[in-house]
Parts: sequence; C-alpha cells; structure tokens
Amino acid sequence: MQIRIEHRPSPLWLRTLIPAIAILSTFLLTSILALLVNVNPLEAGYYFVIKPLSGRTSALEVLVKMTPLALTGVAVAFAFAGGYFNIGAEGQLYAGATAATAAGLHLHGVTPWLALPIMLAAGFVAGMAWALVPALLKVRLGIDEVVTTLLLNYVAIFGVSALLNGPWRNPVSQWPQSPDIAATAIFPRLVPRSRLHFGFLVALAVLILFWFVMRWTAFGLRMRAVGLSATAADFAGIPVPRTLLTCALVSGGIAGLAGVSEIAGIHYHLIDAISPGYGYTGIIVATLGQLSAGGIALAAFFLALIDTGAQTVSRVLGVPVYLGDVIQATLLLTTLAALLLQRYRIRVLHATSRSAEGDA
Amino acid sequence: METRSYPYAIEMRGIVKRFGPTLAGDHVDLAVRKGDVHALLGENGAGKSTLMRILYGLYHADSGEILVDGRPAVIRSPKDAIAHGIGMVTQHFALASPLTVTENIILGRTPNFRIDMDAAHAQVQAAAGRYGLEINPRAVIGDLAVGQRQRVEILKALYREARVLILDEPTAVLTPQETHQLFTELRRLQQQGLSVIFISHKLHEVMAITNRITVLRHGRVAGNVETRGTDERALAQMMVGRVTRPAVKPPAVEEGDPMLRIADLHAADAKGVPALQGVNLTVRAGEIVGLAGVSGNGQSELAHILSGTGEAGRGAVRVGEKEITHADARAVMAAGVGRIPEDRHAGVVGDLSVEQNLVLEHLDDFRRGGMLDHKRIRSHARALIDAYQIKAAPGDRIRTLSGGNMQKVILARVLERAPAVIIVAQPTRGLDIGATEYVRRKLVEQRSRGAAILLISEDLDEIMELSDRIAVIYEGRIMGELTGAEATTERLGLLMSGVAHAALGAEA
Ligand SMILES: Nc1ncnc2c1ncn2[C@@H]1O[C@H](COP(=O)(O)OP(=O)(O)O)[C@@H](O)[C@H]1O
Ligand SMILES: [Mg+2]
Repeated sequence: MQIRIEHRPSPLWLRTLIPAIAILSTFLLTSILALLVNVNPLEAGYYFVIKPLSGRTSALEVLVKMTPLALTGVAVAFAFAGGYFNIGAEGQLYAGATAATAAGLHLHGVTPWLALPIMLAAGFVAGMAWALVPALLKVRLGIDEVVTTLLLNYVAIFGVSALLNGPWRNPVSQWPQSPDIAATAIFPRLVPRSRLHFGFLVALAVLILFWFVMRWTAFGLRMRAVGLSATAADFAGIPVPRTLLTCALVSGGIAGLAGVSEIAGIHYHLIDAISPGYGYTGIIVATLGQLSAGGIALAAFFLALIDTGAQTVSRVLGVPVYLGDVIQATLLLTTLAALLLQRYRIRVLHATSRSAEGDA
Repeated sequence: METRSYPYAIEMRGIVKRFGPTLAGDHVDLAVRKGDVHALLGENGAGKSTLMRILYGLYHADSGEILVDGRPAVIRSPKDAIAHGIGMVTQHFALASPLTVTENIILGRTPNFRIDMDAAHAQVQAAAGRYGLEINPRAVIGDLAVGQRQRVEILKALYREARVLILDEPTAVLTPQETHQLFTELRRLQQQGLSVIFISHKLHEVMAITNRITVLRHGRVAGNVETRGTDERALAQMMVGRVTRPAVKPPAVEEGDPMLRIADLHAADAKGVPALQGVNLTVRAGEIVGLAGVSGNGQSELAHILSGTGEAGRGAVRVGEKEITHADARAVMAAGVGRIPEDRHAGVVGDLSVEQNLVLEHLDDFRRGGMLDHKRIRSHARALIDAYQIKAAPGDRIRTLSGGNMQKVILARVLERAPAVIIVAQPTRGLDIGATEYVRRKLVEQRSRGAAILLISEDLDEIMELSDRIAVIYEGRIMGELTGAEATTERLGLLMSGVAHAALGAEA
C-alpha cells in the first residue's frame, strides 16, 4: 500500500465548506486538550460558543471584541487579495493608535462632528505611512514584503513603548501610559450599559466598503487579477506596481483604523498593550474568511466569541484562559491545512498483482 | 539464458493513467523489439509523453504492467528505470548549464568524493567515440547549441548503460540539418543493438527513421504497424481519425498599406544577453507574415515587445503612424494591436471566470455609473461563447477549460475588437486537430478582413500553410524573407540554421 498526494482543481462546494471543516477539526483537536485537564469537551464547547450569546452583556461584549478583528481582517484581506502579503497590520495598528492619541490630546473643545473624522483620518494616514516603506521597497526593488512588514511591527511596538516611558509617561501616576484624549474625541457608546462603541459601526462600514470594492468596482477586479497572476494582469494592461502600492497603503490605513477604534472606543489613552496581537489575528480572520467580506465578518465574530468564551470557561471550569489562544491558533492551522488539501487529494494505492507498481 | 533470445526489449501492457477528468492512457499496449527504432506517433495531447514518463518512472500508472526483457519490472522512479537499462531524453533537458559536458554526465555517479577530472574527461571522450557522438567533454553546456545539448543528454543515458533510449520529441528543437545528423547517429546506435523509442508527431520523420510505429490517439492505441508496410497518408488517418482539411486560404489581395513596421529593433533577454540585434520587418494590411525560427532565437522577446510586456532597446516599432516601441500593454492595445500570447496561461488569469477574462483588458468599457455592469459582462460573454463555439459557461474558472477552449477565449477577446494588427505566437501549440483548424481558419478570416498579422510559430507546417510571406529569425536577426511560394522546408531550414540568404542562392 502506498499513500500519495495528488494535485487537483478544487470544486466550489469544497471551498465553501473549508471553514466548517476547519472548525470541526479544531473542535476535535482541542477536545483532546480539554480531556487532558478533565473537562468535558461538549461542556467546554457550550461555554465557548453558546453561553456568551445567551446574555445581553456578554453578547454585546462579543461585538466589542469583534470590532478590531473585523478591521484588521479586512486590512489583511485587502492586501492579500491583491497579492501583497502584509504581515504588518499589528505595527500599522500601533501607528494608527499613536496618531489617534496624538490627535485626541489636542481636540479639547472641538465638536465631535469634527473630532471623530479627524481621529479616523489621523489613524488611517498613520497606518498608511507605516505601510509605505515596505510597499515602496517591494514595488521598486522587489524586496519581499513579508519580512519587512513583519519587522516593522517590532519597530512600532517598541517605538510606542519608548514614547510611553519617555515624553508621554503619565505625569500623575508615572505609569507608562499617555494622558487621556479629549472627551469630544471619544467614540460614543451605541448601547447603554455596555462597551459597544462607534468603532463597531466603523468596522461595519469598512466591511461593506470592502465588499463593494471587490464586487462592484473595476479596481477590485483588477486587484484580484494582480493577486492571482501578476503576469497575466500585466499582459492585460493592468498597472501592477501601482495596484500593489494602493493595496498596501489602503491595507495599512484600515489597520490604522483598528488602532483608532481601540484608543477612542475602549482605552482613551495609549498603553503598551493596546493590541494583544489583533494584527496577527487579522491574518487568521482574513484566511478563515477566505478574503470575502461576509466570511471576514463571520470569522471575526467567531474568534471574538471564542475570546469571550475563554473568560467564562476559565471561570466556570477552572481551565487557563490560554485555551482560547490555543483554539485560535489551532483554527488557523486547520484552516491552512484545509486550504492546502482542497488543492490536493490523498490517494491510497493498493498493490495488486496487475499493478505496474507492485509492492516493493 | 532464455532472455537473450527474447524478442522484446520493452513491453507495456494495459497501461491506464488518469489525470482528473482526462484519460491520458487507456489500456495502452506497447511492445518494442530489440534493436528497433520504434515510433510513438500521435497528435499533441495524445498521451505519448505520459506513457514514456510512466516507463521512465516519472509518473505511476493507475494500472497495467511493464516487462523489461520479458520480466515484470517495478519502476517507481527514474533510478529504477536506469537500473533496468532505460534512459530518457525529455522534452526539456535536465542539464546544468554552468557545468561542463563531463561534469553533467558523471553527475551523481561519482563513487568517491574526489573526482579525477582528467580521467573523467577521457572516459567521456571514449564513450562518445564508442557511440559515434561528436562531443567535446570539456565544453560548458551553456555554450552549446541545442542540438549538441541533446547529444549530451543521449550520451548521458548511454553512459548509464541504457539499452533502451526514449527520445521525447527530439526534433522539435532542431533545425532540419541537425535532425539529419541526429538520424545518422541513431542509425549507428541501432546497429550497436540499442533500442530506441522515438516520439514525434511528424510523419516524414517517423517514416524516415523507424522500423515500427505505434500510433496513439486520445490516450488509446490507434494503430500498430511496420514502417515498411505503411505510408504517411495512412498514418495521418490513424493519428487524427479523419482526413485533415487544410485551412482554405483565398489568394492574396492587392498589396495593403504597411501597418506594422519594425525598424532596427534591439533588445536583451532576461539575463541581459542580446536577443534582438537589429530586426527589420514590415507587415501590411491583409497579409500574414510568418516568423519562422528555432526556438530561442529572439521570437519570445519580439512578441513581448510587440505586446507591450517587454523591454525594447534601440530601434523603433510603429503601428500605422503611432510609435509603440516602449509602450505598455494598454498603449499597445490602444494603438490597435491585438495580442495572442505564446503562453496561453500567462494571458489569462486562471482563477478568474471566463466572462471576467473576456473583459479584463477593457474594464472601463463595462462600467455604468462607475460600477461594473455585471449584466453586460455576462451577456457579452454569452455572445462570444456563442460566436466562437467555446465549450464553457461564462462563470467557469478559466483554468478548468481545455487548451483549445482557452485559446478560443483569448481569440474572442482579441478578435471581437477587430484590431488592425494582430501579433500571434504559437497559436496552436498543444491544441488538438479540431481546435487547431479552427484557430487557423480564424486567422485567415482576419487576413481577409484586412488585418496585418504577424504569425510567430515554431511549427513550420503551420507557417507554410498560412503565410503570404515568411521571415526567418536567427540569433536575433532576420536571416531572409521568402514568399509563400518560394518557401520549402530545405530553404527555410538553411535560413533557420543561420545560413544567409546570399549563400542560399548558391545552394539552391
Ligand atoms: N501532469 C499532468 N496533469 C494533468 N494532466 C496531464 C498531465 N500530464 C499530461 N496531462 C494530460 O494528459 C494528456 C496527454 O498528455 P501528453 O502525454 O503530454 O501528450 P503528448 O506527449 O502526446 O503530447 C493531455 O490531455 C494532457 O493535458
Ligand atoms: Mg509530449
């Protein structure tokens, strides 16, 4: 007997099934972990995905957590769809958060009608700026963007750290955190007695815009062509470098918005840990959502759900919160595996006496 | 021993091989007698390479068996094949070009870490002499002509003690003169007892060099005959299953205006080596000019520049009065050039749909109020699918289409805009006979419409069938031009091998 992996084109139904397959195998795999710590996997599953949605507070909290994930998800997807592998959403988020804080500190007395757009614009531009150098290096010199965007994340994170331990150190508490932004720059709450804020609407708008661009604009189609085959796009007269540059910058800008949303919607000041890796989770969201707006919304919602559930599970069942992280990571791996395997098929060959291959 | 008298060197029985929906081998039987040159004849896509790749261990059959010298053989890899005395020269050579002939030949066969280079050269020299192959062991592969590289591949197989030699379309890359020399060498090897499996789709070659012929059609054996007892007509019949009808070309109309003018064009290839060294060529409205040449003599670079995807150096290209020497694809199209690329897969985005690929070059024409007009994109695709008899739905991803249908999509996309100039490269490579005929008929139609067509092809028959004029390119220069009536294989062959026009007069 012999096992072989063969190439095959993937049918559409299979591609749409990928998330379901990934989620199911993630459940099976993480069940093993649950069993190891003497927890009933089904019970854990209940607390992870059902319980958070059964109460008003926790259900809204899921949407709060979903907001930055949807934004970084779209940011990553926008780049990936154009064939630009932006791994730098995390750094671009930090850049956006820093710019939003800087702007917010100076918006005292400005009407929110003006303050909020300024906050958003500052974050978007900062995210774009942070994405600019790797994009230019890629387009002009052909330097791989995966490495450069990734490395700039650390520059951003440590840059923020330096800022908070230096000029922006809170003068009162001496904590490494900036002073609070102006009250008028704070995102309004959408629902009383919850943390759900205006940033959620921003995320929805960005999702809808992303869908619109991909589905209804010539630019969206050109961008997909570039992402799928730069050679063929070039042959068709599509300006490949310009398209890549646009993808990279818009992607950075959207990631910057995620930073704005965390500052103006949740923290009101800049801290070291403004993001627990939303930029990287955005890669999971975009991949899981197969670069489509609807898919990204679902994936962001699902990951937010697991994040929220992890708190409950750890409280009720006494397992570490890190189980949530393990699930997210496992989900990425199973999704990647499923995406890879959809393009291949595993065949088990049985040796027969008439086979040209026999059994060695 | 009894195997000594066993008549067959190789027997393949009931070989089945499937690639997804394609059945590339459908219970194929092949028996090669010892000391024969055995032809495997068939159209592109008939399954010849697949069958031989199975024999050489590159692919694995789904079922069937292989016998070497009458004994069942398990061949899982080229290593097994070599151990069974089978050698193969594939369509794409597997030689390391910075290394010398000797290094390539002994590569992977050196018993010790240290190599005595002088002894190795001598050994290779001796082997070359023994087999009658003229080779300088110290030459660097990169400096050799294609025909010489092929000889190195053959020697490499023989050096590994092959008793059966598989040659996959060996003449596709050769000039007629090089082909002639190859045949002389093969006859000598045959006399030394070597068995050769010779793959080709060229009838006259098969008639000239082989003893026995197995014809494949759509993965099945369509015939198995002695060469002496058959003729080209009968073989053609077996190959295509019906009599071929050449594209009917109406006589040339009166001379049209020069539409495409290439003057002293220079360019370098991807490695910076000069690929075009002063090309001069004019194509008039209403004529097809064929550009013949052995592959790698600058055709690709020329096609790329004319398509707006290449990098031109000195010189000028004009379409009508517009200069497009350094224009990008968009500007080239705007100047009225339609482009059918050499590599089909580089001309379409495989994972986009047929309808999307049909509009990709002119998306701005398919917008309404700034948004894509999906309805019109769909109806546009429907109309073209109808008009060009494309077997596909508008929403199918284009990479799921067969080569012929993909080519029809590209044709439709180009021709519907009635371009004044058409640049078409290798338009029928890899297509079946039906699609080939269709494509050629369309090109002739365009000529009647008044398009100026530059046909770049490595298929001499195609060039001779379609062209009003034939230019031959050699090492980046036009060696000469012949009218369709003047052109013969011999004259073209001489030009293709770099013998200039003046000398030609003396030869002819
Ligand atoms: N690796 C492969 N994957 C999928 N299809 C293949 C592969 N190799 C060959 N085929 C298909 O099998 C058929 C026979 O191909 P091939 O053996 O190359 O024909 P030939 O050498 O006679 O021109 C063709 O339809 C070709 O597209
Ligand atoms: Mg072949």
